[in-house]
Amino acid sequence: MSHSFDDISAQLKKRHRQSSRLKWISMGALGLAGLFLVLFFADMLSKGLPAFQQAQIQVQIDYNEDAQRMGRAALDPEVSRLVSRTFERLIPVRMRDNPELLGTTETRWVLADSEVDQYLKGHRHTLSESQQATVDALVEQDRAELKFNTTFFASGDSKMPEAAGILAAALGTVMTMLVTLSIAFPVGVMTALYLEEFAPDNRLTQLIEININNLAAIPSILFGLLGLAIFINFFGVPRSSPLVGGMTLALMTLPVIIIATRTALRSVPDSIRHAAFGVGCSRWQVVRDHVLPLAMPGIMTGSIIGLAQAMGETAPLIIVGMVAFIPDIGVSFTNAATVLPAQVFTWAGEPDQAFVEKTAGGILVLLAILIFLNATAVMLRRKFERRW
Amino acid sequence: MNRILKSRTLKTTAIAAAVIGVVGVAQARDQIRIVGSSTVYPFASYVTEEFGAVTNYPTPVIESTGSGGGLRLFCNGVGDNTPDITNASRRIKVSELERCIENGVTDVTEVKIGSDGIVLAQSSTNEAIELTLEQLFMAVAAKVPVDGELVDNPYTNWSEIDASLPDREISIYGPPSTSGTRDAFEELAMEVPSEEMEAFGGEGYTEVRSDGAYIDAGENDNLIVQRLSEDTGAFGIFGYSFLEENPDALIGTAIDGVAPEPEAISAGDYPIARSLWFYVKNQHVDAVPPLYDYVDMFVSETMIGKGGYLSDLGLIPLTEAEREATRNKVEERTSLQLSDLQ
Repeated sequence: MSHSFDDISAQLKKRHRQSSRLKWISMGALGLAGLFLVLFFADMLSKGLPAFQQAQIQVQIDYNEDAQRMGRAALDPEVSRLVSRTFERLIPVRMRDNPELLGTTETRWVLADSEVDQYLKGHRHTLSESQQATVDALVEQDRAELKFNTTFFASGDSKMPEAAGILAAALGTVMTMLVTLSIAFPVGVMTALYLEEFAPDNRLTQLIEININNLAAIPSILFGLLGLAIFINFFGVPRSSPLVGGMTLALMTLPVIIIATRTALRSVPDSIRHAAFGVGCSRWQVVRDHVLPLAMPGIMTGSIIGLAQAMGETAPLIIVGMVAFIPDIGVSFTNAATVLPAQVFTWAGEPDQAFVEKTAGGILVLLAILIFLNATAVMLRRKFERRW
Repeated sequence: MNRILKSRTLKTTAIAAAVIGVVGVAQARDQIRIVGSSTVYPFASYVTEEFGAVTNYPTPVIESTGSGGGLRLFCNGVGDNTPDITNASRRIKVSELERCIENGVTDVTEVKIGSDGIVLAQSSTNEAIELTLEQLFMAVAAKVPVDGELVDNPYTNWSEIDASLPDREISIYGPPSTSGTRDAFEELAMEVPSEEMEAFGGEGYTEVRSDGAYIDAGENDNLIVQRLSEDTGAFGIFGYSFLEENPDALIGTAIDGVAPEPEAISAGDYPIARSLWFYVKNQHVDAVPPLYDYVDMFVSETMIGKGGYLSDLGLIPLTEAEREATRNKVEERTSLQLSDLQ
């Protein structure tokens, strides 16, 4: 059957309409995704940015006899209620350690109570009328103001919102990731090397391959249960430690690294291998001196992305006890620690409203680190990738 | 290249050695380990922070595992890899103490620290209402007695339960079944009134309805608070401290004519109130030297007393006599006996 010219042009019009409709639908999808992203960022920034500022008050500290027992006695009673307890409770400790302080006075800026902070930021607070007047007067005299919140970046968790910081969690993340990387990277790369370059292609290796691909898709909480059963209950690795957290996350990251490494190895053209074999290299020499260096950028990219994924993970770490309250700054593989996403999780459950901005602030820091890591992965790929 | 490979091998060996090295290390430690209830967690972590700041000991490690989970870990035995203290938002059960004793945990001191009320709250845009415990039961139970017979809960509207109640759909956000708050709610707001109802034959009934009127809202009580300000027709069930922290957004509901106020909860007048506890493993006293320093700080008047720091966080203080009794127990390190629980 032959088509007339009209039939064909009508068909063409229809097909063009279809393709332009598809184009608009996909653009709409992209726009929607972009809109969600913008809304998310706007919400996080508007809630989180205030966390980077904190109210401080200038007070006169009078190291008298009463202050040896009750820190509050060292301060003017009018402002003592406005000063953070994290500062007050340390006055007796400081006087015990430095007896010569007794009888001296000192003027300095100290952390204000979170209610003062919330009041100055215009959020809900519980200050009484007279306390508000005192704060207003202090602001007038330049003795109270919002300053950059170094505490947030330089201290661990606290029950008092004004003193809560993310450093302990950030260090915990670093230690955990060190463990994860030092286990998952060598084991993952070596496994991929064996499967790709040495292993024969038989039923067994096919089975292993299918299993590795499956492992990459398993819900992460199962790795937490595995970590609890094997590392903690069987091997007795200390609970809540970066060691057990890192080992658990290494299990989760392994398949990602193996798959990325295999893809990178496969993209190295066979002509390189043939040439090396041709001049008499052994299989190991070919892999070590030629294939591996060429595949390295791909391997690094895959590993960084795997690491970034592990870094944002909370579920398996809850199971191995890494959602702990850690006010001390410490660097250790075996002591209890927490990680950034777990810290965010903890703050999100606090009843005190001042923790809302801490939660959003913590999310901003975590996002910044993840964006940095992913950008590094992209840069590495751009810089070193070779097309054949 | 060979050298690089060698150093890599060395590194791997070192990590393996480190992993093996930490296995089975047991010695005196300065860091107390605490597990247990998520209700007690905010209070206990406040004390641990204070303890870490003003003593020379490291801050105790505290994990929120839930009351049941904490007691399970606590009763696993004596030794370095078991917790020294577990917090609980209910008293230890006989079966749990039996398991403790079976596993060699024979010397445990029980410390009662205060009370917590469970409130039924709603958005403050509504008029406050008053409920009897029985009416509350009718709103949340899966089966209720109608004309002396047990039927699937037919009530979808508060005014159907009692004409004096507002004409609003029954919709209650509450804790899931894994939560200690839910345990306490089931015991105090369901078991107690149902024991009085003839249709249940004197047996307590604790099945919560699952037809959509009661909504499991997850462990995070903040989420429930947020939902109430959006879904203004609904009620929420959570701990008293969340009501106290949101005085503008929420209003509580008086139960049996008693409003959820600190005095009423502490005196035991408010019907859905529970006591908070922690349990100390005395067999760890030698291995963990700071153990009782921490306990002493916790039970001091500046912490659990009237106007103490923990009351700012929402802990409802015990009466003075009870606080004194708690401190006596701590002083004498009284060992908890099975007979104390029966």
